[in-house]
Amino acid sequence: MEIDAEYDSGSDVDSKRRAKGKNKPKPAARGKKAKADSVEESEEEEEEAPRKRKGRKKKEESEEESEEEQKGRRKKAAGSKKRAVKKDDSEEESEEEKGNKRKGGKKGASRKEKEEENNKEKKGNGKAAGKGGKDKQDDKDKKKNKGKNSSGSSSDDNSEDESMSEGEMARLKEEVEEKKKLIVTLRNKPWRMKRRLKCLKEAQAFVEKFEGALGKGKGRRLYAFKVMMTKVLMGMPYGSIARKTVPRDEQDSAMDFSVLFEFGVICYCLIWIKLLTFLQGYCKYSIMFYGYYNNQRSIGLLQFRLPLSYLLVGVGIFGYSLMVVIRTMARNANEGGDGAEEGAFTFSWKLFTSWDYLIGNPETADNKFASTTTSFKESIVDEQENLKDENIHLRRFLRVIANILILCCLGGSGYLIYYVVKRSQEFAKKDRNELTWLQKNEVEIVMSLLGLVCPPLFEVISELEEYHPRIALKWQLARIFALFLGNLYTFLFALFDEVNAKLDNEKEIKNETIWALKEYYDNYTLHHNVTENIPPPNISPADVIRGPCWETEVGIEFVKLTVSDIQVTYLTILIGDFLRAVIVRFLNYCWCWDLEAGFPSYGEFDISGNVLGLIFNQGMIWMGAFYAPGLVGINVLRLLSSMYYQCWAVMSCNVPHERVFKASRSNNFYMGLLLLVLFLSLMPVIYSIMTLPPSFDCGPFSGKDQMYDVIMETIEKDLPPFMADIFSYASNPGLIMPAVLLMVLAIYYLNAVSKAYQNSNMDLKRKMQMQRDEEKNRRNNKDSTNQVMKDLEDLLPNKSLIPPPSAEETEKPADQLSKSPKVTGKPGAAATGKGVNVKKDVSLAAANPRAPVTRPPGPRPPGPLPGNARGPLPGQGMGRGRGGPPPRR
Amino acid sequence: MGNKQTIFTDEQLDAYQDCTFFTRKEILRLHGRYHELAPHLVPMDYTNDPDVKVPLALIVNMPELKENPFRNRIVESFSEDGQGNLSFNDFVDMFSVLSEMAPRELKAIYAFKIYDFNVDNYICKEDLEKTLNRLTKEELTPEEVILVCEKAIEEADLDGDNKLSFADFENMISRAPDFLSTFHIRI
Repeated sequence: MEIDAEYDSGSDVDSKRRAKGKNKPKPAARGKKAKADSVEESEEEEEEAPRKRKGRKKKEESEEESEEEQKGRRKKAAGSKKRAVKKDDSEEESEEEKGNKRKGGKKGASRKEKEEENNKEKKGNGKAAGKGGKDKQDDKDKKKNKGKNSSGSSSDDNSEDESMSEGEMARLKEEVEEKKKLIVTLRNKPWRMKRRLKCLKEAQAFVEKFEGALGKGKGRRLYAFKVMMTKVLMGMPYGSIARKTVPRDEQDSAMDFSVLFEFGVICYCLIWIKLLTFLQGYCKYSIMFYGYYNNQRSIGLLQFRLPLSYLLVGVGIFGYSLMVVIRTMARNANEGGDGAEEGAFTFSWKLFTSWDYLIGNPETADNKFASTTTSFKESIVDEQENLKDENIHLRRFLRVIANILILCCLGGSGYLIYYVVKRSQEFAKKDRNELTWLQKNEVEIVMSLLGLVCPPLFEVISELEEYHPRIALKWQLARIFALFLGNLYTFLFALFDEVNAKLDNEKEIKNETIWALKEYYDNYTLHHNVTENIPPPNISPADVIRGPCWETEVGIEFVKLTVSDIQVTYLTILIGDFLRAVIVRFLNYCWCWDLEAGFPSYGEFDISGNVLGLIFNQGMIWMGAFYAPGLVGINVLRLLSSMYYQCWAVMSCNVPHERVFKASRSNNFYMGLLLLVLFLSLMPVIYSIMTLPPSFDCGPFSGKDQMYDVIMETIEKDLPPFMADIFSYASNPGLIMPAVLLMVLAIYYLNAVSKAYQNSNMDLKRKMQMQRDEEKNRRNNKDSTNQVMKDLEDLLPNKSLIPPPSAEETEKPADQLSKSPKVTGKPGAAATGKGVNVKKDVSLAAANPRAPVTRPPGPRPPGPLPGNARGPLPGQGMGRGRGGPPPRR
Repeated sequence: MGNKQTIFTDEQLDAYQDCTFFTRKEILRLHGRYHELAPHLVPMDYTNDPDVKVPLALIVNMPELKENPFRNRIVESFSEDGQGNLSFNDFVDMFSVLSEMAPRELKAIYAFKIYDFNVDNYICKEDLEKTLNRLTKEELTPEEVILVCEKAIEEADLDGDNKLSFADFENMISRAPDFLSTFHIRI
């Protein structure tokens, strides 16, 4: 390397002397190549022409390399195998050149002083050439090399020449970059493949020819650029993100439902009845419920603190759920940000995007046709309704009536539940064995039935209102929501009543136990005359007097609720969907009217109802999980089984809902509901944790006044004292108040910031709209400038089949521009092109942008006929805003 | 690889790779599909660019297109002669544009061409009517069809010439939430 460098810097000087004669012919030759004296010379000149445009610093290296390049190309033509080798060579060499360049640049300044070293370097020169050229480089080449070096250095001296070549080089570089970009983005061009291939070939040739000349490793950078751009343009490959992958549940659905079904029908009823009784029996004292857990402070070797972790997990679940829900909502809000004005393009979107090109199945296609037709009909009806003007008073009256009816329903169902719960408390006082199964499970049955009957009732009532279907659906959902929530809360209040009663009861039992214990001890001392080390009473654990353990009772209520909910859901599907489908299908052969198309028809899959059901189910889990940890497991089982079960039902006996309420991911409606449910189910649990005393003889918190005492205890006993101090300070109202204040202020600030962003967003949107309008005006007046329009015209059939002019003409200018130094036009383009990259031509045309549009856009003459015209001639309509009307109109 | 028949040279494959959204393998598979369409017509050896075209009737019967109400228009707009005869280049072009990776702008251009039934570079009422009738299997009454077309033009036509230019179309389609996911054929 060192030697090479020396050679470079030296040979410049050296060749300066030698090639004075060559200095003159060169500029002339650049102007007119034809005037070269000899064949060799002219060949050299051809190489020279582009080379001349290069900067002084890169001169020598690039010369050598372009030579190499040229050779490489020749050989490529000869054979592809050799090419590979050659490529390696040239790449290697370009590495070398880079080294040279660096060294050369460093030593360029001190070139003069090194003249005395010339001799040595000449030797190096020979060596370097021999090394660089490898087997292919013969003497002639070497000579040429030297000649070029000399010529390059000669231009060094000429300052005029130098500045010219600087600019030219920059332009060439820019052009090469452009070509490269073209190669990378070629697939995005709306051209015929033939044109694309041709363009690609040309661009590649161009890049190969000149890139080396610019002193870059040709292959690698292009490749890296390409890879990068393709990544940017094409995004991730298949399967890397959710949108691009087939949903997992679709992949393995539809296979395993029949087995499940046969088993289910037979065992169904039996199992659930057994389960419900079982709940009252063994389950009550199992791991499923609160009462099972012990109040021992720590268990086992690892000192697992059960009570503490019970409380922390119970509360942590809420925290985690809240976080997840809110994060999802935030993400959805981000994604759905740019969806422009909804409903602005109802019909056009329906027209142009409703057909899914992926459809390849005749049945799916038929469904799609049907649903498209209905959706169009719906939109038409909407549209006509908008125009209709009818009796608004009647409608208002009807709506008020409907709302009153629904309020009555809600109130009635609430009262019914309260009444039933009260009754069940009375039943509970009686002996368990006297009660029938119905009496035992009255509450759950009534609640499930209400959930079953009320929604259809609401739907009937909402017919009165005559809302737009989408709005009606929202009302319907809101009402069902209110119903469920109301039911749940009445249930809860009734439960709290019960809990309070239980607490009183508990006190009595507690006193009794204490009294019994005292009696036992007294008797013991009386009989055995010992006052200490009295063994605990010898009663088997099953016979100990126990408190009612209200936590377990609450847990049982929730489990019962969940189980009966599962029951009702499954039975509904079985009867309401499957049986109906069977009847409709098979009775249709011998019935007076068409059952399939007529009255019963098949059940619809009610997406929104099912989603609401899931949300409520989740709410129930949140509420009950603290008192019945096993509920979570039950729920997992339920969700898993119901996924397959409902999948089977949907596939086999449902028809698609007539109008789908689109709950896309950007829609936060359901997530909002979920958040609300979470909040509402969080409240009673937290309330009970904070206020109600835990029962004295069961559960992890037994023996404490409050559940959260566990935390206090842990802080006191297990953490170092300074932590206790810290906590006591932290819980000081004096510290909490400022913290709350700070949070409020932060919320206020963030709110203000988001408002500001919103405003600026709106502003930008308006600006975009304005810009678009302006652009449109301009395009109306001169449509030849728009590249996309031109491409579109080019894509007209037969266009590219008229080979001579069309293909040539479009390609030619680019070629000419690329070959000849573009002294004209380009700087201007560079100047204006900076601002608006995409529509350069348009921005160029905007030299007089403020001129008013003197004439309304008006109807256009029919477009060019497919056969003859190749689009309007360039330059047409240039006179926009300059007074006279444009020639075309 | 050695004893396999060469369908394309390396350069050809590279070029196709640069010009489409497909990998080598996919291009070879596409050639397989193309060959299947008309085995007696399409040669296996494509190294010297034979000038072969498969007529519309055969292409339209591909399972990917068979159910598509716009199948004829799709094939026609990608064919160079406008009659629906596709050379292999056109064939590759078609599936490249309809592939998942193609950008929205490119898809919009070809969607415009597909819906432009009378090939005048504007989507006028006739085109809309044809589109609608194919979408609904002509189950709407004429009045409804007219209403829908008028509404669609009213919504999307920004320059008030009562037909949709490409600019109008692009403006409309660039906001459509479903366009990218529906204008897409997997092969």
